[in-house]
Amino acid sequence: MADQTPSPETLTQVEYRPRAKNWLDPHVEFRRGTFCYSALPKSLKALDLPNPREWQPFHRDWKLPPDWKAIILEGMKDRLDRFRSFRLFMDICVRCGACADKCHFYLGSGDPKNMPVVRAELIRSVYRRYFTTAGRLFGEAVGARELTEDVLKEWFYYFYQCTECRRCSVFCPYGIDTAEVTMIGRELLNLVGCNINWVLEPVANCFRTGNHLGVQPHGFKDSIDFAVDELEEITGVRIEAPINKKGAEILFVVPSADYFASPHYYTLLGYLLLFHEIGLDYTFSAFASEGGNFGLFTSHEMIKRLNAKIYAEAKRLGVKWILGGECGHMWRVLHQYMDTMNGPADFLEVPVSPVTGTRFDNTASTRMVHICEFTADLVRHNRLRLDPTRNDKWRVTFHDSCNPARAMGLLEEPRYLIRATCRHFHEMPENTIREQTFCCGSGSGLGTDENLEMRLRGGFPRANAVRYVHERHGVNLLACICAIDKATLPPLLEYWVPGVEVAGIHELVGNALIVKGGRERTTDLRGDPFEREAPAAEEEPVHA
Amino acid sequence: MNALLSLVAVSILVALAWVGGSVASLRSVFGIVVPAAAVAIFVVGLAARVTRWALTPVPFRIPTTCGQQRTLPWIKASWIESPWTRAGVVVRMALEVLLFRSLFRNTQAAMTAEPIPAAGQDAHGAAPAARGLRRLVYGEEKWLWLAALAFHWSFLVVLLRHLRFVVEPPPAWVDAIAAVDGFFQVGVPVLYMTDVLLLAALGYLLLRRLVDARIRYLSLLQDYFALYLLIGLVGSGVLMRYFVRPDVVAIKELALGLVTFAPVVPATVSPFFFVHLTLVSVLLAYFPFSKLVHMAGVFLSPTRNLANTNRMRRHVNPWNYPVKVHTYEEWEDEFRDKIKAAGLPLEKA
Repeated sequence: MADQTPSPETLTQVEYRPRAKNWLDPHVEFRRGTFCYSALPKSLKALDLPNPREWQPFHRDWKLPPDWKAIILEGMKDRLDRFRSFRLFMDICVRCGACADKCHFYLGSGDPKNMPVVRAELIRSVYRRYFTTAGRLFGEAVGARELTEDVLKEWFYYFYQCTECRRCSVFCPYGIDTAEVTMIGRELLNLVGCNINWVLEPVANCFRTGNHLGVQPHGFKDSIDFAVDELEEITGVRIEAPINKKGAEILFVVPSADYFASPHYYTLLGYLLLFHEIGLDYTFSAFASEGGNFGLFTSHEMIKRLNAKIYAEAKRLGVKWILGGECGHMWRVLHQYMDTMNGPADFLEVPVSPVTGTRFDNTASTRMVHICEFTADLVRHNRLRLDPTRNDKWRVTFHDSCNPARAMGLLEEPRYLIRATCRHFHEMPENTIREQTFCCGSGSGLGTDENLEMRLRGGFPRANAVRYVHERHGVNLLACICAIDKATLPPLLEYWVPGVEVAGIHELVGNALIVKGGRERTTDLRGDPFEREAPAAEEEPVHA
Repeated sequence: MNALLSLVAVSILVALAWVGGSVASLRSVFGIVVPAAAVAIFVVGLAARVTRWALTPVPFRIPTTCGQQRTLPWIKASWIESPWTRAGVVVRMALEVLLFRSLFRNTQAAMTAEPIPAAGQDAHGAAPAARGLRRLVYGEEKWLWLAALAFHWSFLVVLLRHLRFVVEPPPAWVDAIAAVDGFFQVGVPVLYMTDVLLLAALGYLLLRRLVDARIRYLSLLQDYFALYLLIGLVGSGVLMRYFVRPDVVAIKELALGLVTFAPVVPATVSPFFFVHLTLVSVLLAYFPFSKLVHMAGVFLSPTRNLANTNRMRRHVNPWNYPVKVHTYEEWEDEFRDKIKAAGLPLEKA
């Protein structure tokens, strides 16, 4: 925690009563800790994006192109004609306010422009002014605003203060999805070169090397080899982890954090051990070495540009189908965009589990299966020997990540796996999980350190619910299936709820998994000794 | 300010209508031309708006999933909240349109005024955070849903009841609706429940915009305008039914004349009715250009009306265009030596 970070007591001094009369004044103060730095010119150049230059949001001069206003308005018109969602959401909001207190950034900051309805009004006001008659005639009286530099700066501030989590859209009577509005808003900002480094540097890396971290093929191989060695130390079993192997049955795609960050890494160990145990014929790709896609936080075109390699590599390697690891926004792209953008995947087969023979008809077109779906099927068919007592030291809660929950509906599989591998599982309150889950506050590319105060604020509603189960049930582990969660929730929880760690589902699977051969295991995947309780624990029995 | 301006605007409309109904030479303008024009604007405007939406492509299938997806057969999937069949989508939409399903989820968040310390050690001996902090708590909040439901359904019933003014003889089911609506048989003429509900709901919806600082902050002129317009409309109707008692036969003659394209303005039609008719006309003409189009728009919302069949069936984007990608060959060319040194296979050795 940086020294300047305010105390939790300070951050919870939130006032929900707006001070201003209305939201028309666009002026924004770029206060330290509440915004992200601009993207470096080299990233923009690498991607052929417009207006690469040195600038920062807190500078007075943003060095916009001279015709920036025309570019934005032309861009709006173009998108109004291409996205029914955008046009409709500009037209039909009645400002009922049901979404107002559903946004984690509003709940954590009290800034009224973080109410989803107002966030959308920031762009809707410009739509009114330039695309509707009433707005042209009556201007600010009917909430129509001129597009000025201040408005553009306000867009930047608030569209990079939305994590595209879609929670508000669950509550909207018309299904207006602020994520959709923010995505378009960011596309427009990108047209004049107003982007943030924490998004564009990963995008540029990903485009060139295949993954956000810029890991090159030898580095990728080193990381996987290191994991293999580590697994041997823990289990005594030497496994294989093929890379770029032609003719494998399955291509396995993970978010790059899985092989380069902690605690993601333990999840990777879990996958590897599982695949070894069931004898899966799979391969990694050192080029499709990233399932995550920060293009989602840039523009629809960028999603497609980065996603193309997944099918391309599946085709080149001649696999039958694709399996994907634990990641949130990656699965938004894979579930809702990939097939449309880069399909049809007619060179693949409908996925069939080689172990159980289960045909994953739910992926009949996209032909990509989520690892939790795959493993849940294994457990259901009793193909794994699991010892849940090995996870006895964890009192687990499950944090639904935004995208698997609200853009996919992957709710039960991870819970099923937790119940099969752990003996202490406690849900957070109902309105903070499943489709009503709260974002970690750092999604959509906002997980950077200079934005820490805003992240802590945005993460407060999630942490508040974790604190509830921590105090009530002694929960000490938050399980999740999102790489951004795994990266950003540890510092968040350390700040708000010390004593709760973060792990992936397949770390828990890897802990509980009894593998053939090898020696008697005494430690979990983190290298810590198992702390088993007496078999007849006083509370829940094994749920598997 | 917004609330005041829109009140003034609606008041002016009422005054204009009153004058239009009182000055003999204007009566045919306000009794025939204005309503006829309003209906035309409504029909053409709404059709144009819906056509425009309908012609705008839906490039991606982006349902907001509010329940378990359909995956493995032994996992109970939510066929309504995360539908994968047409029937599921239809039911999801029906719940949304008829019962305001999403609004029903509404909660209210509040921060406790005081810090709340952790409740000591729990049964497992885990040490909770000692630090007392303010907490977020959530409460039920169904009033908005209730008021919205009361308003929309009552409005529909009142609209249907009005058929007896434009159809001769009135269909039996219209009388039946009126009979049910007046079930409690209070007063003479019989009090309709929907009239009370309408005014109560509109009153609540207006009050929350005026009183709740947060809703006031985000309310625009047009939000108040729509409410005042509706209150004026319902108010003038209620006034005529229960208090002023204008010549209903003459009003029916005028209404029938309008719908049969043989317009007449009988001399005994009261100016009160002109106020009512003009406000309806303004509502109709305003409808296609305002947020009121949510009535039609809700049916087209892509987060609600699309099935969560993303991986089952391919969704085609009509404007999907080729983009610049980085190919495997380019990647291999750049890192050839490193790939070789790492012992990974190459396409071109």
